[in-house]
Amino acid sequence: MTNRGRLSGPGKLTKPGSLSGPGSLPGNGSAAGPGSAGATALAAEPAEVFLAGDAIPAGERLSDYAERHSLEPASARPPALKYLRMLWQRRQFITGFATASNVAMYSEARLGQLWQVLTPLLNAAVYFLIFGVLLHISRGVPDYITFLVTGIFVFNFTQRVCITSSVVMRDNLPLIRALPFPRGCLPLGYVVIELQQLLLSFCVLFVIILAYGEPFTWYWFLILPVLALQTLFNVGCAFILARWGSGFDDVSQLLPFVIRTWMYASGVIFSITTSLALVPSQSLYFHKHLAYLLQINPAAVYITLIRNSLLTSQRISMPGYHPFNALKCAMYGNPAKFHIPSDVFANKVIYYSSYCKPIVTQQALWGYAVGWAVVAAVVGFFFFWWAETRYGRG
Amino acid sequence: MAEPMVVVDDLHVVYRVYGSGADKGTAATALLRMVKRQRRPSIREVHAIRGMSFVAYKGDAVGVIGRNGSGKSTLLRAIAGLLPAEQGMVYTQGHAALLGVNAALLENLTGEKNVMLGCLAMGMSPQTVKERYQSIVDFSGVGDFINLAMKTYSTGMGSRLRFAIASAKSQDILLVDEALATGDAEFRIKSHRRIDELRAQAGTVFLVAHNLGEIEETCNKVIWLEKGRIVQAGENVPEIIDAYLAATGGEPRVRAPK
Repeated sequence: MTNRGRLSGPGKLTKPGSLSGPGSLPGNGSAAGPGSAGATALAAEPAEVFLAGDAIPAGERLSDYAERHSLEPASARPPALKYLRMLWQRRQFITGFATASNVAMYSEARLGQLWQVLTPLLNAAVYFLIFGVLLHISRGVPDYITFLVTGIFVFNFTQRVCITSSVVMRDNLPLIRALPFPRGCLPLGYVVIELQQLLLSFCVLFVIILAYGEPFTWYWFLILPVLALQTLFNVGCAFILARWGSGFDDVSQLLPFVIRTWMYASGVIFSITTSLALVPSQSLYFHKHLAYLLQINPAAVYITLIRNSLLTSQRISMPGYHPFNALKCAMYGNPAKFHIPSDVFANKVIYYSSYCKPIVTQQALWGYAVGWAVVAAVVGFFFFWWAETRYGRG
Repeated sequence: MAEPMVVVDDLHVVYRVYGSGADKGTAATALLRMVKRQRRPSIREVHAIRGMSFVAYKGDAVGVIGRNGSGKSTLLRAIAGLLPAEQGMVYTQGHAALLGVNAALLENLTGEKNVMLGCLAMGMSPQTVKERYQSIVDFSGVGDFINLAMKTYSTGMGSRLRFAIASAKSQDILLVDEALATGDAEFRIKSHRRIDELRAQAGTVFLVAHNLGEIEETCNKVIWLEKGRIVQAGENVPEIIDAYLAATGGEPRVRAPK
């Protein structure tokens, strides 16, 4: 807030916070008594029209005059389709903004752009240390390291988009206030920033999984449509969080906790599909509906699809990969009952999860991947567009 | 017949200021408030603009004068669509660009990137940006600093570059809120020339300045605000400025005879 007019007593307002209603004064321009200073209702004051000269015909209301000359309210929102076209027209700004911000982000660090690669690596190292080495949570998941790293990198994409876009409007307030442009460029720019980071992370990921002996297969190319869909989903998230975050700081305070919960619920560090849903000693085994819900949550969908594309062991241990076999499925779920030695389990029986009935099939996962992306993008766009004129206020 | 660019129709703007006055702002009071389901306390309403109506036409340069707190900046922000009107409405032809005194657009990026991105954001094509880049940088006069992050700029340099960027496109409406005050004499001459150009391209310029000489040289119309209302407005710029000076206890301006 800049200038605050000094007031003896704040006037009672007839329509608090109202934005709409051009020419809402009934007696606009008609003669009324001079308002007493300050404390009266707003409507009492007849405003003299200054600087108009004789251009306005006598008796015409200002709102009609403005309309006749096709002026629009200063806080008017462009129609949705036009807004979409405006965003497309600014695509060079969006990518340029993303690239420049990406470079500037590490300009104060001595290692500079190296952090783009180091950050995901350190991330993976921490989780590997805690969950791979200390906690041995890897039970029931073949090739746990590659499983873990892939999950972290994919989830990190959505996580970073959500967190950064919740502050995007407030971080760029000077730009929003100075120049007229469709504000949707900013959350879109932040998605592009994270997409650029993701591409680097995936180069690191390829090196890691190749080093762990994962063969390159044609399945790898399936990550392209999955990442495209995930990006679309993230665009929706970015729009929604950008609008929420523009209003209150509470959103960005709360978000890290929500995201962490989401991460644990999406099977980043353990497998919902196999080690939770198929093992009788886990509570999720008896709550198939909950297992279903966890598996179709957008983060889990994209993570599972990427894992199944990149990692052979994940693909061939996915339930439903082989026709149902009750005995083999039971052996996977309860190896102790069948007296299976741990080395036999680790080398062979661990893949028997593929003989179980899938709770969500691979085809359904693809369906959900498309569905989540489209729903998030459409809802997010309209949600953000609806408040277009309110960004930059305060 | 003159075409209107900005129509301000009985505009009222009310600020709601949170957290002033009695609230101690501790966690306990915040919790108590939520339990009692009260609204945030000590919301002070500040009635910054109390009903004004005027029209600005194509090619107008309108100076806005008044004491601190008379609603000048509020008016400009309302025209830019950045403040909701409590009552009444602001109508504009096209969008308005608002230049204030705060320092940077994208403060972590270099001046060069700011020029490029600022122009792209306003909807210029990359080709046009390339063509105009040098003239924008020359106009801003920041010289070698163009390759440094904008947060390293002095206030004057920052506002020069921002003015150069925002005025590079022929804006329909340009709102200048003391943004030229920090520039040096040379830049002031340049910016006056640029404002004249914008007016010639059928744009409308609003200028808030405490330097009345600047208003008198640049503007063909002037609005004098006092406590959120228009005291006087018109094309007789020198007379209104003199009246304003008389009211605030200043000496009348000494003008060179024409």
